[in-house]
Amino acid sequence: MQSYSELYGVIAMFIIAVLIAIPLGRYMGKVFLGEDTWLDVVLNPVDRFIYRLIGIDENVEMNWKQHIKVLLMINFIWFVLAMLVLTNMAHLPFNPDHNPSMPLDLAFNTAISFITNTNIQHYAGETAMSYLGQLVLMLFQFISAASGIAISIVVIKAMKEGINLPLGNFYFYFVRTCTRVLLPICIVLAIIFLYNGVPMTFQGKDTITTLQGDTVQVSKGPVAAFVAIKQLGTNGGGFFGPNSAHPLENPNYFTNMVETIAIYLLPIALIFTMGYMLNRKKLAWIVFGIMTLGFILLVVPTISMEVRGNTAIAKMGINNISGNMEGKEVRFGSMASAYWAIATTVTSNGSVNAMHDSFMPLSGMCAMLGMMINAFYGGVGVGFLNFYIFMILAVFISGLMVGRTPELLGKKIEAREMQIAMIVALLHPFLILTGTAIASYLYAHHPEQYAAWLSNPGYHGFSEMLYEFTSASANNGSEFAGLNANTAWWNIADGIVMLLARFIPIIGPVAIAASLSQKKYIPAGAGTLQIDTPTFGIMIIAVIIIIAALSFFPALTLGPVAEYFSF
Amino acid sequence: MKTYLFPAIRLTFVFLVLCSIIYTAIIWGVAKITPNNGEPAIINVQGKRMYSDVGQKFDADQYFWSRPSAVNYNAAAAGASNKGPYNTDYLKSIQANIDSFVIHHPDVAVKNIPIDMITASASGLDPDITVQAANIQVNRIAHVRNLQPGLLQSLIQQHIHHPFLGIFGPAYVNVLELNVALNDLSASYHAQ
Repeated sequence: MQSYSELYGVIAMFIIAVLIAIPLGRYMGKVFLGEDTWLDVVLNPVDRFIYRLIGIDENVEMNWKQHIKVLLMINFIWFVLAMLVLTNMAHLPFNPDHNPSMPLDLAFNTAISFITNTNIQHYAGETAMSYLGQLVLMLFQFISAASGIAISIVVIKAMKEGINLPLGNFYFYFVRTCTRVLLPICIVLAIIFLYNGVPMTFQGKDTITTLQGDTVQVSKGPVAAFVAIKQLGTNGGGFFGPNSAHPLENPNYFTNMVETIAIYLLPIALIFTMGYMLNRKKLAWIVFGIMTLGFILLVVPTISMEVRGNTAIAKMGINNISGNMEGKEVRFGSMASAYWAIATTVTSNGSVNAMHDSFMPLSGMCAMLGMMINAFYGGVGVGFLNFYIFMILAVFISGLMVGRTPELLGKKIEAREMQIAMIVALLHPFLILTGTAIASYLYAHHPEQYAAWLSNPGYHGFSEMLYEFTSASANNGSEFAGLNANTAWWNIADGIVMLLARFIPIIGPVAIAASLSQKKYIPAGAGTLQIDTPTFGIMIIAVIIIIAALSFFPALTLGPVAEYFSF
Repeated sequence: MKTYLFPAIRLTFVFLVLCSIIYTAIIWGVAKITPNNGEPAIINVQGKRMYSDVGQKFDADQYFWSRPSAVNYNAAAAGASNKGPYNTDYLKSIQANIDSFVIHHPDVAVKNIPIDMITASASGLDPDITVQAANIQVNRIAHVRNLQPGLLQSLIQQHIHHPFLGIFGPAYVNVLELNVALNDLSASYHAQ
């Protein structure tokens, strides 16, 4: 049976990823603690050479403000570099297809999109980017991922037992993430893709005559190297417009399995990195359990709706034996496409192998929920930071319930930490809902001026706008691509949202963790709330549902839920 | 400020060299020793070069049809329809696809029309169709090409891409491969 093999494929993609992520997470823990690993012989001299070129001493301890300053400064430089390249591609080399430079508003959006690890794309790579531009965007896919991981390691270091904990050196974490995690895995992935027909060439478009006699041009390029980091670094910015649905970006079911696994490999591994670095394996398993439960709760309904197919087409007398195939590729099938959709939205990856705009209304809603919660595995590094905020809130609420001072891993949570946590927790719904409200207001009051925005009317059109802001604020990058977002308004609005949604949720948790790390350590006693227990896991899930789901329920009712009941 | 500015600039350039140049050069170098030489998979059809992974438009009656495409199989501007599932205009276009399929396949009942033959793919370049979608077109092609349906059915069987390792993912047929084989079959059959 065909549907069974599709199911086995999905199950295999999950199990294989976890089996690799557990040892990988332990390896990364060793890397960040500076312990011996098997690549040291080659990489120690390389790393030393890099530190020398940058001109820093990687052994200098930094406080949390220094970490944040380094992060903000490198991102500023990356923004400048991205703007320079994107607005001048037409005059620079490696542009065989003679694609134009980007206009300012699109370059602004794209630059922010790539440095913030979002990778929303209001352009199609084959017509809007030179190969040089693509290779520079590929750089940002590496370093935005590495900066996210580096900063999450700072928070993990601050969670240790003891007082006045050292937080390490940002450059040390950053360089090691690139040389010992991202680059080696990407080389392996890219070679797998090469042997499966993903191109890696600097030749421009090729003109061919089809068997039926039509003349077509075929875009190609240095795709294999690009796709590897796009999948691994929870980036998601595609080489071609249709991302991993394009047959040259994802040619067969095997590459689809590899690319799917790469989406959540590092986010899962980082949970076990935390367990290793804190020496709290049980906590890692509880966190993994909660995240996996949330992931499965979104995957199962999405798969079942996509496999069942479009009910409106069924009414025309069609037997939807392959599921909802609008905007999907036959070689993946509806099940692996639905699975990818949830994997990519919960992790803030945002690459797609099917078009989410054509998903059934409630599957589209599950994809949005994944981004609204944004902590089931989450983006590399930052997903853990989001989860950390939920942990703080859960500890606080549990503390109130039992009438004890809330503590997280032996440190008292007080007013200052709670204030920061609440600002971070409410920022995400604030950005999404106000953005969507303003866009809806403009669309409703100037229907002619903004008529070109939406390619679907009614509730679904509202969903397109809601999805866009959700994706921007979750630093995800997937889209309901029917939204014609390459306009000055969307480019700038999205850009601002991506910036705020990247840096405030990084600064907040680092500030909290640093503040806690300065506090007196209270050894666990009989009355201590143990956080590595299933009971506490249920508390975290309750908090996630209260904060995330309830903030967004009214908006979801106007979009996907109304659409579901409209037919 | 200077403590952060200069290392940031230097870091950016070091990683520009490492990730954009050295990494790219490594993968490009490996590509040169792979079977495809870094190009997309190529098949030669009577001296003409074609890309087997990139779908082509097939809408003539003597060929197995490929799927509808939102970009008319333009491989330099790939894309999807991005229509919502209950969009009334979209549902009208699906009805039109059904009607035109029925005109070309009078022997096929509406309920047996495979969904992939009336919906547009995600890339607009889907190279494949389901096995059912190939089988359902056999009578039309057999009639136009004056071949026995049984021959075409066995041709499809020979060209099925089975699930990966036999257990993972769907089975499907590559339309270009199938049509190339179909041309060969026709030529040799009528030569006899």
